[in-house]
Amino acid sequence: MSFTGLTTHEEQRMLREIGVGAFDELLDAIPERVVLHQPLPIPGPLSEIEIRRTLGEWSRTNAADRAVSFLGAGAYDHWIPSAVNAVAMRSEFATAYTPYQPEVAQGSLTAIFQFQSMIAELTGCDVANASLYDGSTATVEAALLARGQTGRKRVVVAGALHPNYLGVLRTYLDGRDLTILENRGGSCAALDLRAGLGPDVACVIYQHPNFFGLLENPRGIHAMAHEVGALVIAVCDPVALSLIEPPGKAGADMVVGEAQPLGNPPSFGGPMLGYFACKQSLVRRMPGRIAAETNDRDGRRGFVLTLQTREQHIRREKATSNICTNQGLMALRATIHMGLLGRQGMRDVAELCVQKSHHAAQLATAVPGYRRAHDGAFFREFALECPLDASAIVARGMTAGILPGVDLGQFRPEWKRWLLVAVTEQRSAQEIERWVQVLADAGRTS
Amino acid sequence: MTTRSLENLTFPRRLLIEQGGPGHRGPELPRCDVPAVPIAELLAGITLRETLAFPEVSEPEVVRHFIELSTLNHHIDRGFYPLGSCTMKYNPKINDEIAALPGFALAHPLGPDSANQGALRVIFELQRLLAAITGFAAVTTQPSAGAQGEMTGLMLIRAYHRSRGEGETRVKVLVPDSAHGTNPASVNLLGWETVTIPSDERAGVDLHALSRALDSTTAAVMLTVPNTIGQFERNILEVTQRAHAVGAQVYMDGANLNALVGLVRPADLGFDVMHINVHKTFSTPHGGGGPGAGPVAVARHLEPFLPVPVVVERDGQYTLVHDRPQSIGRVHAFHGNFGILTRALTYILTLGPEGLRRVSRTAILNANWLMRRLAKTYELPHAEHCMHEFVLSGKRLRKHGVKTLDVAKRLLDFGIHAPTVYFPLIIEEALMIEPTETETLDRLEHFALAMERIAREATDHPDLLLNAPHDTPVSRLDEGRAARELILKWRAPLGPEPASTPETVGRR
Repeated sequence: MSFTGLTTHEEQRMLREIGVGAFDELLDAIPERVVLHQPLPIPGPLSEIEIRRTLGEWSRTNAADRAVSFLGAGAYDHWIPSAVNAVAMRSEFATAYTPYQPEVAQGSLTAIFQFQSMIAELTGCDVANASLYDGSTATVEAALLARGQTGRKRVVVAGALHPNYLGVLRTYLDGRDLTILENRGGSCAALDLRAGLGPDVACVIYQHPNFFGLLENPRGIHAMAHEVGALVIAVCDPVALSLIEPPGKAGADMVVGEAQPLGNPPSFGGPMLGYFACKQSLVRRMPGRIAAETNDRDGRRGFVLTLQTREQHIRREKATSNICTNQGLMALRATIHMGLLGRQGMRDVAELCVQKSHHAAQLATAVPGYRRAHDGAFFREFALECPLDASAIVARGMTAGILPGVDLGQFRPEWKRWLLVAVTEQRSAQEIERWVQVLADAGRTS
Repeated sequence: MTTRSLENLTFPRRLLIEQGGPGHRGPELPRCDVPAVPIAELLAGITLRETLAFPEVSEPEVVRHFIELSTLNHHIDRGFYPLGSCTMKYNPKINDEIAALPGFALAHPLGPDSANQGALRVIFELQRLLAAITGFAAVTTQPSAGAQGEMTGLMLIRAYHRSRGEGETRVKVLVPDSAHGTNPASVNLLGWETVTIPSDERAGVDLHALSRALDSTTAAVMLTVPNTIGQFERNILEVTQRAHAVGAQVYMDGANLNALVGLVRPADLGFDVMHINVHKTFSTPHGGGGPGAGPVAVARHLEPFLPVPVVVERDGQYTLVHDRPQSIGRVHAFHGNFGILTRALTYILTLGPEGLRRVSRTAILNANWLMRRLAKTYELPHAEHCMHEFVLSGKRLRKHGVKTLDVAKRLLDFGIHAPTVYFPLIIEEALMIEPTETETLDRLEHFALAMERIAREATDHPDLLLNAPHDTPVSRLDEGRAARELILKWRAPLGPEPASTPETVGRR
């Protein structure tokens, strides 16, 4: 099986018409000593029946197939309306390329335009792009933009940014001119931020809600950063943004983050959906693709990719970013998702997350030995300090069909008793009770 | 009403924000089954947002909206898509089915390894198969796309030079003038300098220019094989050898791997590192502009520097290993575009060694047949046999006042997507054509006939081309206005009656 469509007879005819006697003559530019004569040492071919059997078996060894999940930390189990899958997996969207010929890509372009519109509205920013790889690379691109715009080097991370985002930031910045401020009490403390700022700071990055689910004080952070002429980058969860004041409205220069929670499954962490929104004044430095409204020669409204002179295929080494492929299909899913939920549904999801996560926190902290690791308001997610290692609770949960939270010990040894717990609208009161039971059982055996 | 023609009664296409209105809503959420507390109390001290100017539309109308939009797209399941350098081949449906299995789609990246054995196995196996296909020692599947793979590969090279005390001195990268734009853009991201190497008269790397540019400050040479003209680099062994002789590393841009699978292993050509666009060669769909995935394959000496974590197998158990002191770090928040990797693995297993070999052989045959056929009508700047793609020049049509762009737009009227145009930059009025292996001879003939007819029209009725396309959902769009006015989001958030005065796409 190779999905090719030529018979031997047709191949012979084509070779004749090309004017060669045998196929190998077409390869005359390849040095003979590197041409493979042995088949590749790989398995297959497998029929659909065999593929389904084999990979189906592998998929069932993942607990996701059966366990109730309280995992978050950047990838969430939110409700995805049936219509999202049904529409997004249509060939017309899934098997199209980047809309470089807009006259035959109005479907994708109109969707991107609406994605940009909804992300701009959610974040309170003037403009948004068509998507980036994931929340971590969106954060990096924002930091690079800030460096270009300000001509300054130092990037300051205030408060609890996702450790993996920090890791990616470190890789891209080559570990240079990067200042990471302490997370006092789990969130960004004003006194640490003030001490960390100076005239060489290009930008201040903060996550809101932060890695521990805690809501920050955006206006305070913005004021201090702007005082020294630094740009502000807020890394935000889009579900939270349908409930809380958007940082763009409160003066953030860029709002970026991970939009997987909008209509996309966790999929073992990818493909995710980085989003990027900013002030109008930064639009010409914005990375990635951007759709814009225009009209055709008959005056009809239509959409095209615009400002392509920022991009690598035109600008080469002077491009604002090296990004080419983005996350089109994930952005389409998010657009359908947001369109279906609408003004009310978006808010309903966010409110259910708040209600259920607070309920879970209340029940958990009533179990002897458990307490919240931090004070302060939180959205959907909180760190629970446990009487034993979080990894032991995870193991205990697995036996009861529950993934009780993310073991934060995998990030830092001093966090090994912290379990990061996410409770979305998907979790029922009964599932939350089962989860509390796991905590109680694990606590007793400690 | 009575005077309205049927045309004016066509239901107008509107953006979601221009439909519905207060009181309309989509699918509903369950009622809150835990004791409800006022949000203002739970989030005391937090400023909540006042409004969310989002659409309010019923589920059936949202579905209709997107289904109608879908009909406006060209896509590979509808017709030919000879977009050079993009490898628009058929995307087997089994790929999507496997990626959507709940055990894969719902797997969480930060659960314990014991909860994710199947997912880790997919990554491990795909890495092993990609290593076998390319001939390299190790593979990372973390990069999200080709461009990120390039950057990752260059970072690996930088880490290698540093480990040998040459990190400060090797700061330039040689890139041919036919290269993809991502190459110099990625070089720039590392703060390195791009040195452009001219092509020789056969579109290969000019060996004299290469030798003059190679020295002890060269960090790497980046090459696309076959190159963007569709030619296999005849002197490739000489190029990699000369680069190594001055201590430089050689990077292969794997965008055109579809020409080599089962025929040649890039590692045997002397490359040290390459990226693989699995959304091209290994058939995962392009998704209207992503997601892709850009795994990077490396020779043994670069393995210690691969991004963390890496998947390790012992006695049938798969674990993520973070403790890799020489690693460049992470390039993705989690484990790369896993759903795309699952599709690529499915494809490779479906084809097996013989099927994969047939992919490249058929892609090469299709391209050569089409090239010889079209060379009778269009100018072919490089007459050698091609690999999986070739480049024509539209400059002969200039005398009729017709440009390559007009040819591209006219093709759309025949239900065919345009080739890549104006790239590579070294060919005037370039038309870069990649038919891929999944096209039948019928389809190739139809495309050839369309191209031939367009060439005749350019002589006889140039207006047909200049005003093309005629038979598409919209006619030629004003890109100048788009860039001038920069309307990047809907202008009228919900008014009192949003659906009352729609500006419609269907308006004449």
